[in-house]
Parts: sequence; structure tokens; C-alpha cells
Amino acid sequence: MTLILNNARLVCPATGRDSPGSILIEKGLIASLDGTGAPEGATVVDCGGAILAPGLIDLRASLGEPGHEHRETIESAAEAAAAGGITTLCALPDSEPALDDPATLQFMLRRGEMTGSLSILPYGAATRGCAGKEMTEFGLLREAGAIAFTDGTRAIAEARMMRLALSYARAFGSFIVQHPEEPSLTRNAAATEGEMATRMGLPSAPAAAEAMMVARDIALARLTRGHVHFAHVSTGAALELIRAAKAEGLRVTCDTAPPYFDLNETAIGDFRTYAKLSPPLRREADRQAVVAALADGTIDAIASDHQPRDADDKRVPFAQAEPGGAGLATLLGVTLAQFHSGKLSLMRALELLTAAPAKLLGLEAGRLAPGAPADLVLFSPDRGWKVEAGKLPGKAQNSPFDGRALEGRVLGTWKAGRRVFG
Amino acid sequence: MPLYPHRHLLALQGLEPPYIAELLDLAESYALLNRGGKTQRDVLRGLTLINLFFEDSTRTRTSFELAGKRLGADVINMSVSTSSVNKGETLLDTASTLNAMKTDLLVVRHAQSGAPALLAQKVDAGVVNAGDGTHEHPTQALLDALTIRRRKGTLENLTIAICGDVLHSRVARSNIHLLLAMNCRVRVVGPPTLIPSEVEELGVEVFHDMKAGLKDADVVMMLRLQKERMAGGLVPSAREFFRFYGLDAAKLRHAKPDAIVMHPGPMNRGVEIDSAIADDPTRSVIGEQVEMGVAVRMAVLDVLAQNQRRNS
Repeated sequence: MTLILNNARLVCPATGRDSPGSILIEKGLIASLDGTGAPEGATVVDCGGAILAPGLIDLRASLGEPGHEHRETIESAAEAAAAGGITTLCALPDSEPALDDPATLQFMLRRGEMTGSLSILPYGAATRGCAGKEMTEFGLLREAGAIAFTDGTRAIAEARMMRLALSYARAFGSFIVQHPEEPSLTRNAAATEGEMATRMGLPSAPAAAEAMMVARDIALARLTRGHVHFAHVSTGAALELIRAAKAEGLRVTCDTAPPYFDLNETAIGDFRTYAKLSPPLRREADRQAVVAALADGTIDAIASDHQPRDADDKRVPFAQAEPGGAGLATLLGVTLAQFHSGKLSLMRALELLTAAPAKLLGLEAGRLAPGAPADLVLFSPDRGWKVEAGKLPGKAQNSPFDGRALEGRVLGTWKAGRRVFG
Repeated sequence: MPLYPHRHLLALQGLEPPYIAELLDLAESYALLNRGGKTQRDVLRGLTLINLFFEDSTRTRTSFELAGKRLGADVINMSVSTSSVNKGETLLDTASTLNAMKTDLLVVRHAQSGAPALLAQKVDAGVVNAGDGTHEHPTQALLDALTIRRRKGTLENLTIAICGDVLHSRVARSNIHLLLAMNCRVRVVGPPTLIPSEVEELGVEVFHDMKAGLKDADVVMMLRLQKERMAGGLVPSAREFFRFYGLDAAKLRHAKPDAIVMHPGPMNRGVEIDSAIADDPTRSVIGEQVEMGVAVRMAVLDVLAQNQRRNS
């Protein structure tokens, strides 16, 4: 089937293109960017001058499946992803069971294919059961399709374990994703230590717990010449360390998630459990440091860090609530808020969601070029909407952005040339 | 006279001084009536008050029970053993049960910060926070303030030292908010491991040396140190804590000669306070605190019941 998306503003960070154009799609691939070569009878879609960009690549999301289908199924996650313009999603392995052997990993890949709208690229567990004790079969998992290795929402706590993982992953050209928090400091903590937690009487952990783990793992990256990637970096102190490590030439990369550049710790006021995240929201100075690091390249990518939770997880006293926020449908809109406020160019904002994660993972997707997969998002950068928990696409409704007005609405999403949203 | 405008009493943080004064004045009048033996009133007649305690507390529960009965309410005590509570969902199940039973006033004690606020979102009753986790214990701070005001004649410009395990103390937090709102100077005194992070941002002065912290204080407020804190390594031993932060005659000498000594109870004698001080009738006002507790809770229940009736 042949499809032409006409009258669009094509924006592609990978090639630097930002110009009017139309895309010809054949057999699920981009055939041309100038609309030429279209056969008679091709389906034509008028994009009305809206932005057509590569489909978003979400570097980090937990899915309810397998193990927590009451929170979210892969089908419902795919629905939310399509509505958010996400066409590729990297799934964390700390599900139940953990993705620590080739069979469960392949199951995840197949479940993604079955949706028809979303490529699910699973991480392999770095340790068996993501328990931090015993390394998994990196080579076999890599062959089965693991994009990299991590224990997901759990920090790889022991320095020895992290050293081994960073070393061994080099043999397979892969890297380790760390949840950077020193666990002996963050155990049982529900908030960032400071005035806010003191007023609310919440168990809290110092923000420095993040920089401590980052400092340790940078030292291990130097020692092993391995590649460490820090997830959802949220503090200025950690970003300073990462900036210095990059300048030194170490193989250190990182991402952050929208809550850490859009919200600060005041969002947990009145014991709002939807804003209880891991790591917890930080103070305003840290939020500003994250914004600066997005602009200057210290942060490589933006990931949704989607964590589906249900009412039983969240409608409890704050310290007992499960951390995590739904983030698929809001990923683009919250990122574009940084464009609207003048902190990021449109090109940089989109790069963080497309070309940058594609480069990190070595993917074909994430660019507008002949021969690339026709994974596309069409959006109006100015159209407003309001985030309302309870009315979001998909099953998980636990958005930390509940009530937030956003500018930037997805109008259509295509996966391999097939329209999956809008 | 201002009228307390809220449906619940969940926290003192942010409560405007006129409403604090209103509650204290009303409590003082109840204290006088109680002393005069005229204890029975009927302002809560026909209303149902439920004491919902997820955490054991004989004295606070008894105080609320007595306050409710003296005002003519039908008082029911519900103790929910924490071991049987499957975390929070039971909390909201409980809320719907209470709504079905047409509860008018609900007094809640819970080990989790914010639990009464969560319940308050779901119940029709007016909710009194009777202590939530390490967050707040508003009626305790009100009874402390009333006791101080009766002894000192005013709250204005007094220097008050809150001493001991401030980190885990909801009593300390509520007292800090109230006393600062009423223009007191508030100090917190304790080892750094028991002082909450950035507590000075609330407007208090922090002392780690008890003698310096007590210097020229008008009021010395001691807090309970729970045994678990020593197991958790926050302080190495009871004897070390008593040596440096326990209130004895030598340390009390640094406070003003007429300084009063308070404790929210129950006391750990020989840990945070020397028995000789706790039992000294010229310094200790611990007994009066308990007495004022009933009067303060009568005032709070009275005011919330008026708002409840107005809204229904």
C-alpha cells in the first residue's frame, strides 16, 4: 500500500531538516520526502501544515505485563503510546517474572509485535530476578533481542556487581543502565530530604544519594572502560559529575524524564500520591539544572519513565503509596513546554525524543530519510489540551501532571506506514 | 469574634492566628467550667463522635472520649489493630463504612503522615487529626499553648525550647507552627541525627548544645524518645542521650528561674527527663497539660460540630 502525507512541516533532528514537504510511504518504509514517485491511486492525507516528525522513541518505560496486568496490559500501554506519538518503547525488565532469560525476553518482543502499533524493545535484566546478586547471560539475552542491561527501577547496589556488569557488557557491545540512588540512604524514603519533607513529616532521603551513585559508577566506567547510562537524572550535582565525565571522554550517557524538568517537590503538597516518584521530585534549583543540561547536551535523551499504577497503589497514605507516574501520553506535550518557554529549540526538544535515543540504541528508526521505517508522528505544537487523570488513553491514569495545561497535541501516529492513532 | 472556617482540623501549618486564639479562648472557658464542676453540656447532643485509632494511645483517646461525653455526644471508640490493616485500602473502606453509619465527627490517629487528610477527602464527618505519623498533632499543640498562656499570661515574645527527638515528633511540628504564628521565639534542641533537615526554614533556631539551647528559655518542652531510635542507630545509647540531652536540674538552671517544664507524655524517666524534674510541682506543668487537653478537645469538637451543623 502506498500513502502520501501531504502539506506537512517536516522536522527531522537526525538530518537537521525543517521545511515544508510531503512523505511518500511504501511497504512500511519512507520512500521519498518530496512527494515524487507517487503512483496513481495512492492514499493521500493532508497534514494541514502541522509538524510531521519521526515517531518518538521512549528509552525507558515499565509495562504492567507480565505480572501486573491489573495496572496495565501491553495492549493498553500501546494505546497510550500511540496517542502520545510513541512508536518505539524500551521496556524495563523488572517485571514478574523478570526478563532475565531469552524466553521471557522473546515473549516481550512478540507481545510488542502483536500490538501492530508499537515496537517494544526489552532491556535484559542485568542480574537474575533483578536481585543484584548474580549476572545474567548477557550474550544469549543480546542474541534474543535485549537492547541493553539494567535492573530497572532497582539500583545495582554492589560496586563489585556493577564492575562485573560494565566489564562483561563490553564483550557484546552493550551498556548498563543504572537507577542512580544509593539504596542504603533511600530505603523507605518517600520524598527528598529538606524543608518540604520536614513540614510534611515524611521519611526522606538526601538528594546527594543520586550523585553518590553516579560518582561511584563513573569511577567504575573509568576502571572497566565500560559504558554506563544513568536513568532519570534529577539533580544538579549528578549532572555536574556526568558533564565532567563526558569531558574526560568516558563512556557515560544519561536521560531524564519529564517530571524532573517540569515539576519540583512542591507537587507532593497535600500528600498527592500521583506525584510520588522514584527518584522523588527535587527542589526548584535541581529542576533548573536539569533544564540547563537538556539544552547543553549533558543529558542525551528524554524518556517517559512510565510506571503504571492503579488506585490500590496510590489511594493510600503517602509513604505507603507505590512510587511512579504514567508518562506515555504526556511525553511530547511536557517536553514541548520547554520549547514554548524558550529553554529548548524545537529541533533540540525533538532530538531528545527521537534521534538521540535512536543513536544511543543504534536503531534505524528516529529519522526522516528514504529507507527508514515509516514511524511518524503528526502534531500541532500550539494546540492546547489539559491532562486529566481518569480521561487519559490507556489503563494507567496515575499522571503526576494531572490538571496541567499543555500546548502540543498529537494529531496522528503511523507505525510502519499504518495509521495507529488519530 | 472570628469563626473557625474549616470543616476539619488536620494541621496547624497555615492556620491563621485569630482562629488559633479563638480555639484557645473557647478552650479556656471550658477549662473554667470543668474546674467549677459544671462538666455536662449538650452542645453535641444527637451527634455521633467516633474515635478511630489505628495506633494505640490510651491517653489521647481517653481525652477525646471524655471531651465528647462532656459535650453530650454519642462516643464510640474504634481501635483498628495495625497488624490487621492491609495498608491503605482499608482506610478508604473504613471511610465508606463511617459514611454509612452517619458519623458527624471523626477523631483519627494513624501511624502514617497524611492519613487523616486522605480520610477527610472521603468522609462526610468533620475530621480531627489526633496525630498522624511524624506530621502533626494539632490538639496537643493547642493544649500546650493553652497551658503556657495560663502560666505565663501570654504567648507573645516567649522563648520556648523544644528538646529531644524533633525528627520523629508530630508534637514538635504542630508546636512550631502554632508558637511561631503566635509570635514566640522557638528553638529546637537535640543531636543532629534527631533534628529534621532544614527545620530552620520553618523559622526556628537549632541548638545541639542543650545548655545553650535552654539559656533564658521561658518554657522547656521535652519530647519522648522512642526506644527504636536507639536500635536504628540515631543515638548510641540511652545513657549517652540522658547525659547530653536529658533534662535534669543542672541543665534546667540555664533556663529562666521561672521556666516551666512540659512533656506530652508518656515519659521515659531517666532517658529524656529526670524524675526529680518531672515530679517537681514548682516547675513541671505536665499534669495541667493533661487537664487542658480535655478542654482543648471540647473546644475543637464544639467548633467543628457547629460547622458540621451549618453545612448540613
